[in-house]
Amino acid sequence: MAGIPHDHYEPKTGFEKWLHERLPIVSLVYDTLMLPTPKNLNWMWIWGIVLTFALVMQIATGVILVMHYTPQVDLAFNSVEHIMRNVNGGWAFRYIHANGASLFFIAVYAHIFRGLYYGSYKAPREVTWIIGMLIYLMMMATGFLGYVLPWGQMSFWGATVITGLFGAIPGVGSMLQEWLLGGPSVDQATLNRFFSLHYLLPFVIVGLVAIHIWAFHTTGNNNPTGVEVRRKSKAEAEKDTVPFWPYYVIKDLFALVVILIIFMAIVGFMPNYLGEPVNYIPADPLSTPEHIVPEWYYLPFYAILRAITFDILFLDAKFLGVLAMFGSIAVMALAPWTDTSPVRSGRYRPTFKIAFWLLGFDFMLLMWAGARPAEGLVPLISLLGAIYWFAYFLVILPVLGWTEKTLPVPETIEADFDAHYPPKSGATK
Amino acid sequence: MKKLLLSTIIALGLATSVSAEANKAYTEDFKFSFEGPFGAFDQYQLQRGLQVFTSVCSACHGLNQLAFRNLGDEGGPHLDEETVKAYALNFDVYDKDLDDTRAAKPSDKFPGSSLENAPDLSLMAKARAGFKGPYGLGINQFVKGIGGPEYIASILNGYTGEEKEEAGTTFYENTAFSTGWISMAPPLFGEDVEFADGAKNDVRNMAQDVAAFLMWTAEPKMMARQRIGFLSVAMLSLLAVLLYLTNKKLWRDVKRKG
Repeated sequence: MAGIPHDHYEPKTGFEKWLHERLPIVSLVYDTLMLPTPKNLNWMWIWGIVLTFALVMQIATGVILVMHYTPQVDLAFNSVEHIMRNVNGGWAFRYIHANGASLFFIAVYAHIFRGLYYGSYKAPREVTWIIGMLIYLMMMATGFLGYVLPWGQMSFWGATVITGLFGAIPGVGSMLQEWLLGGPSVDQATLNRFFSLHYLLPFVIVGLVAIHIWAFHTTGNNNPTGVEVRRKSKAEAEKDTVPFWPYYVIKDLFALVVILIIFMAIVGFMPNYLGEPVNYIPADPLSTPEHIVPEWYYLPFYAILRAITFDILFLDAKFLGVLAMFGSIAVMALAPWTDTSPVRSGRYRPTFKIAFWLLGFDFMLLMWAGARPAEGLVPLISLLGAIYWFAYFLVILPVLGWTEKTLPVPETIEADFDAHYPPKSGATK
Repeated sequence: MKKLLLSTIIALGLATSVSAEANKAYTEDFKFSFEGPFGAFDQYQLQRGLQVFTSVCSACHGLNQLAFRNLGDEGGPHLDEETVKAYALNFDVYDKDLDDTRAAKPSDKFPGSSLENAPDLSLMAKARAGFKGPYGLGINQFVKGIGGPEYIASILNGYTGEEKEEAGTTFYENTAFSTGWISMAPPLFGEDVEFADGAKNDVRNMAQDVAAFLMWTAEPKMMARQRIGFLSVAMLSLLAVLLYLTNKKLWRDVKRKG
């Protein structure tokens, strides 16, 4: 791989040379694991490992759940209860899988906001960022499809509402919705295709994750200073980096295990806290639940969807809401080009910091608003929240780049590291 | 920028004032033996709850996720085999092969609801949330639990004795029900059943017994789950300590702390 100079794999024994000439797979693994990694990474750089683990965990538990699940409208709900009651350890697999989705999304939001704060999306990492956004979209789709499978009340009505979003598109909407559902309403055909896609998309995510990793292994990791690793010579690069193995493998594993402690405490002691009680009632097309609420990880975008309550010209409010929801993710994907600041890391951008933390607050506020019935002041709060979301990416990021007075940035990663861990007096490095 | 800041602050101020819940339904925080990370089902309370279910609730409500054999499960009511067999005989189930009903066997499931408007009770303790708020932040549920069994016990205790008729249906005032008026007639009056263990059979105690029983029917693997949860947390904590020490030692030279 191009990029930071480092030692490459050299086959030594006869067998290694034989294999290397035919399939350089050991070299691939070696170079991936020995990637020179900035030595000043902080604890916000652990989420990649957590995400990789969550992906593998979801696929492993999912494959087992499928062995006992029945995608048939009259049997689906009962087959999930069968897993919970009669399959050995079935309750554990299901609760880990259901809460695993939450772990996945907590990690992805932390990962995304890390990227936003430290400017990880900026050149030359735009492709990594875009692939990441695609992964995030695929995760949203997979999570939604999976939530429909237990065929409870919220599964059914969630599917009705979300596919209804596509129905709001003028002209082709109702045709598109019917095509998605496989019929005029959420029914057997819908359940079957959602099941099929819920099994397919995780493997698409695996592919995208491989490309995501490939991309940032080509550019090298960003780091809290946003200063690039010096790469004129190997000796110079080594002053800024440590190899990924063992330094970051062990650090990340430690962080992963701490997070898993919390995760297993939730699975063991409050596995339904993040779920909706209504989904323990079998789907009933004739009875709409009082409030239809998506899972917590969709709430900020659900709030943006509901924020538009007025028509503009010939476009009705519902369609505008759909546009706003997809637009809110699209503007995030555009951040590499709308952010005009020459300084990468938010650490050296005092005004940006305020705007960033407001965005974090805005995200939480929208999450709260998305969970509330759309009455009273909730629509207004959602609208203000949505406006700030768009303003951050489309106005604040470009304008700050021109107007902001930034703080001095350290010369090198080594200098930043030495400031935290000063060299011993007299010692030469 | 300042405008945006201002609007967000205003939004925050408003957020706290919209929160007044319109819904005045009250769920009492009953104490159950299975609460908390080390809680356990009380076998005798589950047996009493089963008795209340059998002689009162089962007249209208089903329990179709539960098999009769489950009544013999350890951690559940834990009835002995003969008792389970004899108990099952009280119920008639439909047999596909006979195309007729016959007396139930332990391998059969409980029948579903016999009254159309009466929901099945197997999962009721997980399908209802007694505790909500404050302000929709989920804090109450985090502290007290979701409140399913508490909700069931509160409903059974919540009748005020008032009734009204609307469009041919009688509604009964209930302080725990969301709209304040429920279509289920008060099922318990006190002394509806005699408990073999001599436990109190007033409405309040029977309501808690049957709520505990329904928590077990909704989550029969709860005790195994908590055991594994505890074991996982303990083992992972140990692993975390080892990894912490390894990591510290590994980075000592890089950070020049040696």
